[in-house]
Amino acid sequence: MTDTAIRAEAPSRPSGTSILPLGKAITAGLRQAMLDDDKVLLMGEDIGPLGGVFRVTEGLHAEFGDQRVLDTPLAESGIVGTAIGLAMRGYRPVIEIQFDGFIFPAFDQITTQLARMRARHEGGISMPVVIRVPYGGHIGSIEHHQESPEAYFAHTPGLRVVSPATPNDAYWMIQQAIRSDDPVLFFEPKSRYWPKGTVDFDAEPTPLHASRVVRTGTDVTVIGHGAMVTTLLEAADLAADEGTSIEVVDLRSLSPVDYGPVLASVSKTGRAVVAQEASGFVSVGSEIAATIAERAFYLLQAPVLRVSGYDTPFPPAAVETHFLPSADRVLEAVDRTLAY
Amino acid sequence: MAASENDLSVPTVQLLAPDGSYAPNAAAEQFVPYVERLTEDDLRRFYRDMATVRRFDREAANLQRQGQLALWVPSHGQEAAQVGSGRAARPQDHIFPSYREHVVGMIRGLDVVDILRVLKGVTMGGWVPEENGNFRLYSFVLASQTLHATGYAMGLQFDGATATGDPERDEAVVVYYGDGASSQGDANEALVFAASYQTPQVFFLQNNGWAISVPVERQSRTPLVWRGAGFGIRADRIDGNDVLASYAVTAHHLDEARAGHGPAFIEAMTYRVGAHTTADDPTKYRLDTDLEDWVRRDPIARLRTYLEGRGIEGSFFDEVDEEAADFAADVRRRALEIVGPDPDVIFDNVYAEAHPALAEERAWFEAYEASFEEAE
Repeated sequence: MTDTAIRAEAPSRPSGTSILPLGKAITAGLRQAMLDDDKVLLMGEDIGPLGGVFRVTEGLHAEFGDQRVLDTPLAESGIVGTAIGLAMRGYRPVIEIQFDGFIFPAFDQITTQLARMRARHEGGISMPVVIRVPYGGHIGSIEHHQESPEAYFAHTPGLRVVSPATPNDAYWMIQQAIRSDDPVLFFEPKSRYWPKGTVDFDAEPTPLHASRVVRTGTDVTVIGHGAMVTTLLEAADLAADEGTSIEVVDLRSLSPVDYGPVLASVSKTGRAVVAQEASGFVSVGSEIAATIAERAFYLLQAPVLRVSGYDTPFPPAAVETHFLPSADRVLEAVDRTLAY
Repeated sequence: MAASENDLSVPTVQLLAPDGSYAPNAAAEQFVPYVERLTEDDLRRFYRDMATVRRFDREAANLQRQGQLALWVPSHGQEAAQVGSGRAARPQDHIFPSYREHVVGMIRGLDVVDILRVLKGVTMGGWVPEENGNFRLYSFVLASQTLHATGYAMGLQFDGATATGDPERDEAVVVYYGDGASSQGDANEALVFAASYQTPQVFFLQNNGWAISVPVERQSRTPLVWRGAGFGIRADRIDGNDVLASYAVTAHHLDEARAGHGPAFIEAMTYRVGAHTTADDPTKYRLDTDLEDWVRRDPIARLRTYLEGRGIEGSFFDEVDEEAADFAADVRRRALEIVGPDPDVIFDNVYAEAHPALAEERAWFEAYEASFEEAE
């Protein structure tokens, strides 16, 4: 039996709903994208028979073979650079960077080549390349395995940067990112790979770059992305017990940022806290805080506050809970905004 | 075994001796059939390419000195390496240049004024590769293009566009880089990927002796050609000032690549007679005697002597000189007519799809710019 025949018998598109962990929702999204378009191919380290160190590509090598799922040599710049060449040839490569802290050997190819290739060609070509990056802390690992480098890429014109917080978003956003004709950095909250949630295979997905209110409230707006959304919801629960009503905005997209729901929320609450795992200096949170101040100055009852990782290297895992913003640190900032 | 980077005991393919005599050395033996199939018209074409780009190169440097270009990147001295390899590629092949391969662009059908537009600073790209003989854009981050070339060659494999057994149809890739760029991680990663995937690809390294002001000995303590073997890639060193060696060795390795036998690596020993760019001053770091030594091995004079020995009439060379002068004059005239783009080009083509934040910024920019018009 040929590969094609096996594929023909496989269900072409799931329907209904399913309870999946976020990691497996991405697997399902990747599979769907590969079924929908045979120019989609996966590239990365250990993503073949092993299925990646987080098993996100598990089963895809067996289903699609060597030319669709490439276990590449261990060289991040090489992976991104060859993906650019493949995109010039009409492919839609989806790269897995094994861990956040290992993306930097590819930084030059991403920022000086991938991000600018379309502008350099005066629109003559597109670069539909997705770079998946498992990012963030809370997994107790060693150096370079727990970082949040989103700001480097959000700062770079020509790139798009997104980060799903839920299994349903993960399933849809990975497919939307792959369909995009622009390069997309896809930051996967690795501490959220395992908790399960409902994936709706039929629902019309939210647009890739839309932010969204995920819990309504009236007193303070808290804003974050990826794993931080879980922390913000936890903070909102705790605050509710003490009579404070928090509205939570999931950014979903870090470049471009959809300020509509953010500003609508702030116009209601008059108070905003932006939270992120990344170090705060020159961060995505800084940019969002500045924009809220610029656009909602007369609506604010208090300065916009930021809660971030400290301006240090990510510390040894034994003390990471002191470094990573917790619900308590978010509430400390919420209390400060309410004190104005 | 030890050998310094410029050790001439390393086998170096040479068919035309520096004195212009046809005398294939031992390393050249297997490549002789490729030269034997060349017609006299082919040889005249090689000469015309080399003489024309030499004249164009001088004109472009003058244009820079007269303030018409931001920068010029001379190719003087490297014409044989570039013309031989450029003429060896077939129309269906794909060329990934560095930024000094002006004549390869000409051979592929590119209007060199498009190169001047880049160096004048009116565009980042300048041309559409698919409409110009698959000659990709110049790449100013050293060795970045080696990986793009390798990825493209992987795509040829996945597409079944190579190794079908039909040399008229099978496609391959040539990528140019230099001795300086050979130290970059990307150049080495490209060789790793090319070997791993057995891509249909020729790495054409022009060793011109200098990375701006730093001699090649700083890049490598062994002959660069030896790197091929280290990556499991067949490799040949050639006399880069011998257009026949450049043609024959590149043609051979492209045939092999198209036939599915994987990548090859060519180190062309040549010399950057001019400055790195018009912003450079080679008198600060290299000896006049070295330069004189290489000028005596000039690739164009060598081919001319050979062609004269074959009985090609003197009027041919006069005609070529005249044509080259006309070409340069036409380039100059059109270079002076290059105009810059409208300022809103800043926002064009950054993204393929809608981007509200940039659209908003653009709208602000346009209103701001328009406010000056209203004031006038």
